[in-house]
Amino acid sequence: MTATTTPPGTSTPYSELKAPTTARRLLTAPTTGPLVALLLACVFFSVSSDQFLTGGNFSLIVQQVMVVGTLAIGQTLIILTAGIDLSCGAVMAFGSIVIAKMAAEGSLPPLAAIALGLVVCGGFGLLNGALVQKIPLPPFIVTLGMLNVAFALTHIYSEEQTVTNLPGPLTALGQTFPLGNTDITYGSLVTIALFLLLAYALSNTGWGRHVYALGNSPEAARLNGIRTSRLTIGVYTVAGVLYGIAALLLISRTGVGDPQAGQTDNLDSITAVVLGGTSLFGGRGSVLGTFIGVLIVGVFRNGLQLMGVASIYQTLITGVLVILAVTVDQLSRKKAR
Amino acid sequence: MSRTTRPSSSLLRAAAVTGVAALTLTACGSGSGSDTASSGSGSVKVGLITKTDTNPFFVKMKEGAEKAAKENGAELSTAAGKFDGDNAGQVTAIENMVASGVKGILITPSDSKAIVPAIEKARAKGVLVIALDTPTEPESAVDALFATDNLKAGELIGEYAKAAMKGKSAKIATLDLAPGVSVGVQRHNGFLKGFGIEEGDSSIVCSQDTGGDQAKGQTAMENCLQKEPGINVVYTINEPAALGAFTALKAKGREKDVLIVSVDGGCTGTEAVKDGTIAATSQQYPLKMAAEGVKAVVTYAKDGKKASGYTDTGVTLITDKAQDGVTSKDTAYGLENCWG
Repeated sequence: MTATTTPPGTSTPYSELKAPTTARRLLTAPTTGPLVALLLACVFFSVSSDQFLTGGNFSLIVQQVMVVGTLAIGQTLIILTAGIDLSCGAVMAFGSIVIAKMAAEGSLPPLAAIALGLVVCGGFGLLNGALVQKIPLPPFIVTLGMLNVAFALTHIYSEEQTVTNLPGPLTALGQTFPLGNTDITYGSLVTIALFLLLAYALSNTGWGRHVYALGNSPEAARLNGIRTSRLTIGVYTVAGVLYGIAALLLISRTGVGDPQAGQTDNLDSITAVVLGGTSLFGGRGSVLGTFIGVLIVGVFRNGLQLMGVASIYQTLITGVLVILAVTVDQLSRKKAR
Repeated sequence: MSRTTRPSSSLLRAAAVTGVAALTLTACGSGSGSDTASSGSGSVKVGLITKTDTNPFFVKMKEGAEKAAKENGAELSTAAGKFDGDNAGQVTAIENMVASGVKGILITPSDSKAIVPAIEKARAKGVLVIALDTPTEPESAVDALFATDNLKAGELIGEYAKAAMKGKSAKIATLDLAPGVSVGVQRHNGFLKGFGIEEGDSSIVCSQDTGGDQAKGQTAMENCLQKEPGINVVYTINEPAALGAFTALKAKGREKDVLIVSVDGGCTGTEAVKDGTIAATSQQYPLKMAAEGVKAVVTYAKDGKKASGYTDTGVTLITDKAQDGVTSKDTAYGLENCWG
């Protein structure tokens, strides 16, 4: 991996603009820390468990993180604008119930039900963005409120019943295809494709650069002619649509519409974003970092389970890693000043 | 450094990072790829997946499984959802346990329907799956079920309450679990059956969900008393809800003249029966569920015999104020056999 440039959006102080060495750039690239952590975890679990490096295990880990991973892409976009979204899991749960019920009860053809789910989730995002931008209200408060709204709607609309007997297209992404001696889940590919797509959009389009600019300083962005209001609402809407895709992945993974789903996914997605080196202050970070962050959580959960360690320790370790990640972020900012 | 990066270079970087992340996981060489559950060390691997890590009922269940695993020379690994109803967490746990080569999985399903596809996948790989405490829907989705007969647990306290009221007109509050959760529905229906009334009977003056939580039980009871101050019988889904109800009754000075009945038989709850806070409780035996489950997996590993069907792990009515015609044991027995 060769980082030839500092990723856009990482604010490089003026003093460092004099051609930093490759080594230094690698050390300060926001994805380096998380990647090293992932490597170390991998080495550790390879040594401690015979099953960690079996063919199917990597596929398994990606399959297990695809739902939170997809949520975390949307969460990354919002956090890059210095916002936060507490409603993502609840919005996803509502989307999944909409898709499942509409399709299972035959009100809509499966593909139309999926489209409706994406629209509904996008609508939640649009509403979040509009409230944040137009009133304006703090994202934390807006999305906290929306969390409760979406949660309640999920339980009202589902009548607390798990929706079963779903038509085939809804669970298609949960199917697997063989690759060598490993089974790969289609949904995993969707998640990886989304990560690559958004990574490209953030680093190679004007829109992406504007998102970073907005996160660094909304005022400066506005003075530079960026339509910050439209941009903010757009980011929340895109995130909402991503939650809709996560809803579909969730259904395909479990094969049912579950009103209880996603209750801790908001914090889990924020965890992935933070572990991936994205700053909660906005303007610094990347979705690829988030991909690594979500894999770190997945690798620890899977590896500890293979070692036979109780799941509560996974929670403990995740907590420690989050604090470490934020500490690293803060220290690197100090150095940069 | 210029702000304009060439598309190619950052795309390359994106691909590189993803590639390295992927390689990181697979680099060290993909293994044999054998999916069959084979234990190399000779000891049988058993997995236990509970609803949560924190509920004393499941903590006790885990202890029972650990003890049984030691006795039978099995290796136990445990996992749990993050909250009651966390289906995704349980699915992940099943996958990881199958990957680690367990011979059998014992599970208390958080969502009886939603967990079924994951269980089917595990069984297709030759893993024995046994439900503990809570049945799956359909029940045939697992090889076997070791559980309390929750309908009977409810019936026992219903009969007891009926006998204790001695013909006085009852005003009943039911503090239930949550909509659609089978354990709660069965206990509730059992209580009504034992009391000899139908759902919607005029003697049921208030029904509230508590999630089996003490604070919510208290709130529910406060609201019920607000609605109907004359309540004299309280059915509760479990002892935490019962203790919450007691606190609410005490605040109104009603704790002496209201009959509280419950289900669970945890040690705290059984103590509460002893000191008269709760009149009677139906005690269940989570340790036994887990121990029987572990034994069944070991048997399957040894001679390929799969446990099947429903095994009732028993329920006992515990009270110090025995009523004629209702079989019960005192709290001395209850405390000897309680869990938690």
